[in-house]
Amino acid sequence: MTINIDKPGQGAGPVLDIDRLKVTFATDAGDVYAVKDVSLQVNPGEVVAIVGESGSGKTVTAKTILGLLPETAISQGAVLINGNNVISVSEAKLREIRGRDVAMVFQEPSTALNPVFTVGWQIAEGIRAHAGTGGRSKVSAKEAKARAIEALRKVGIPDPETRVNYYPHQFSGGQKQRVVIAAALALNPGLIVADEPTTALDVTVQAEILELLRDLRDNYGTSIVLITHNMGVVADLADRVVVMYQGDVVEEASSRVLFAQPKEDYTKKLLAAVPHLGRNSASEGMVERAHQGGKVLVEAKNLTIEYPGRLGSPAFKAVDGVSFTVSEGEVFGLVGESGSGKTTIGRAIAGLNRTTGGSLNVLGYEMLNFKERTFKPLRKEIGFVFQDPAASFNPQLTIGDCVAEPLIIHSNPTAAEARKRVGELLESVQLPASYADRFPHELSGGQRQRASLARALILNPKLLIADEPTSALDVSVQAVVLELFKEIQQEFGFAALFISHDLAVVDMLSHWVGVLYKGKMVEQGLGNQVMGNPQHDYTKKLIASLPVPDPDEQARRREAFKAVLHS
Amino acid sequence: MNATKVSGRKQPLFYRLPVISHFRSSVGLQRGMLVTGLVLSVVFLLVAVFAPWIAPYGFAQLSDAAGPFPTQQPPSPAHIWGTTVGGYDVYSRVLWGAQTAAVVIIVAVAMSIFLGVALGLVSGYFGGWLDRLLVVIADAIYAFPSLLLAIVMSIVISHGQSSFWGGIVACSISISVVFVPQYFRVIRAETIRLKAEPYVESAKVVGASSIRIMGRHIFKNATRTLPLIFTLNASEAILTLAGLGFLGFGIEPTSAAEWGYDLNKAIADASSGIWWTGVYPGTAIVLTVLGLTLVGESINDLNDPRLRGRKKAVAGKGGPDSTAGAQTALEAESRVL
Repeated sequence: MTINIDKPGQGAGPVLDIDRLKVTFATDAGDVYAVKDVSLQVNPGEVVAIVGESGSGKTVTAKTILGLLPETAISQGAVLINGNNVISVSEAKLREIRGRDVAMVFQEPSTALNPVFTVGWQIAEGIRAHAGTGGRSKVSAKEAKARAIEALRKVGIPDPETRVNYYPHQFSGGQKQRVVIAAALALNPGLIVADEPTTALDVTVQAEILELLRDLRDNYGTSIVLITHNMGVVADLADRVVVMYQGDVVEEASSRVLFAQPKEDYTKKLLAAVPHLGRNSASEGMVERAHQGGKVLVEAKNLTIEYPGRLGSPAFKAVDGVSFTVSEGEVFGLVGESGSGKTTIGRAIAGLNRTTGGSLNVLGYEMLNFKERTFKPLRKEIGFVFQDPAASFNPQLTIGDCVAEPLIIHSNPTAAEARKRVGELLESVQLPASYADRFPHELSGGQRQRASLARALILNPKLLIADEPTSALDVSVQAVVLELFKEIQQEFGFAALFISHDLAVVDMLSHWVGVLYKGKMVEQGLGNQVMGNPQHDYTKKLIASLPVPDPDEQARRREAFKAVLHS
Repeated sequence: MNATKVSGRKQPLFYRLPVISHFRSSVGLQRGMLVTGLVLSVVFLLVAVFAPWIAPYGFAQLSDAAGPFPTQQPPSPAHIWGTTVGGYDVYSRVLWGAQTAAVVIIVAVAMSIFLGVALGLVSGYFGGWLDRLLVVIADAIYAFPSLLLAIVMSIVISHGQSSFWGGIVACSISISVVFVPQYFRVIRAETIRLKAEPYVESAKVVGASSIRIMGRHIFKNATRTLPLIFTLNASEAILTLAGLGFLGFGIEPTSAAEWGYDLNKAIADASSGIWWTGVYPGTAIVLTVLGLTLVGESINDLNDPRLRGRKKAVAGKGGPDSTAGAQTALEAESRVL
């Protein structure tokens, strides 16, 4: 044990050395490789990003570093952390390594913290667990708390002396992630493994967390293994990038080189698929709002939607005095962070939420007096694409049955007619008609979302509501689905309300963009104007926070927007 | 790299049937438990079906060509498990008792499952005052000791004494009164969960009627746990029937053979060293309940990917497209949760 304390050459050799790692899982479908052959090294003070799409093995690799794989997994090769091979060491030794030599930051801060203990206790837990091992003496409760306060101060939690006694629910999402990072830092590990540390956070919060991670590296020389699918985050933070695909390392290069001159086809494809703010804008070249001659399909005037509060607490205003219109053939992009009320508006238009004030007129129907019976005939004019394509299909029905459902409900087609129409629709979303006989789980995420689009369009609706249709998809799949959406919109000519948290995605599709913040519409205008010349402070901050997939440009932006971000 | 390479087409119907699919996905101790349970349950069912052919005498038979049966006789070649104080052949009555138990299970479960599932769907889907009322009633029924309720029902229906079908129906109704809330609760909870699923919302958005949503989208997805409750309830039904019989509210020995009744009559024998009248019906109850419970518990464990054991992965082996495979398999499992 003492060998590890003053290990010779610490600081010189790599902090983490993964050598020909292979991970096999035992599943019902037989043994499968999650990681085929991965070798990589992380030097002290270096940020190495592992990027890849879902199923590339990046998270499994990260979990192997901490020895967190489930029982069904078998790993081969070597994962050396300060000379210890994580794969072969004993459970006791592994516990000693975790926290002291390597720590983990999880994706979802709200579930990574235990709600019944104070954050101080949770940070101190790691400190106390390691006290008494490796020749160190016990740590008193007072000392542990002092160190927890210190850790909280390091991650920029204001007033850590008081906050150390707070419970997780008293922090915001971004602060919770700071607390998780503080817990990881408590023992000053040389290496932090961050598994999608900003994926669950809003862009503005993401920018803060990325800045924090960068400071940690600069000030304390902590090495970071960053697992992410977001190329913007990579460009913002990473020194070196490892691209993984199907369990293999495809390409490894320094961040600048990778973004400027990707060598492998897969990397090129991946980078090309990343939406880039200001490129490929749907409103490019427009100077005034299009489609204003057509009928107004949706008109919200001072729309207010409240969710009833619990006994004694006031109602929660999800949407507060929002006015906008969507005309025939127009794509209206609704942007906002979580809790901004964007989804609530979309659901209210589809009759899934009740409105409580103002006026919302959908296809001539006033939603304030909503009755399912009277609204039902209008439903065939409205298509809806849900966020998660996996959950929006009944797992017991075939794709054909699911897609045909609106048709069967609203007209009374024969089986042959329905089949024919389903075939046509599937063809138009570029799926083979034979997929009608498959079950949803037999399709990939992108295919399912295309089938979902087919279902929404089968009755030729006038209005399509798409609620974050691509946020559950990988970037390369997202690019294909967005392209398809654009083509189909032009072909069918329906009006669309496109809801997303991703500015770049909204800009690609929408002619007119509205920005929501805490239930209020703070700005609306042509896509290129809102993105290029934002007027409202919040919009400015939102755009400044969005990392662009280009390290040099991102570094420039970071400097330029520093003032905006800290306002 | 799409999913079809791994899970491919649906497996033949036979392999997707509840117990068979469970058997195929089990390994080690879990498979042992399942097999033990299945063997016991199958033996129970076979005996129930073939009792008239296997049993040497009728359940109410007191004499044969050789004259009346001796009473309280220890096991002998003529009466291999002995005879009771009333002169019944213990072996025959235990075999016939399986039939009574099986009929009670079927009638009781059939009566409660339809009502419970229908109420659960309606209550969970519509919510509101109907839901609250039904939940209160279900809770109130829970508060009664089930045996007390069964006794009251038995008295109300057949004044405590009855013929074969009278006894069966009284017993089944009293059991189903206790079981309806169980099915109701399970299906209601599932329905409430499924109601918020995007595919149910997407059906709402396209204008599907409530009945269509319940029947087509929720029902099939909500009933996955039913085989489990069925097996567990079946064993409880047997225990309730035996309890009723033991307390004297069962079926007359002349109408049907009933393990609980026989146990009751064996109380006095136990102190005088006559073990065979009690041990055999008692063992029959224990083994049947054990068998059904083992099947139920195994199904429960196997339904949950976190509890299900698997063969260890063999290092250095794996399919060519295995990454996509792992992903799909893991996704499929996480959806089950």
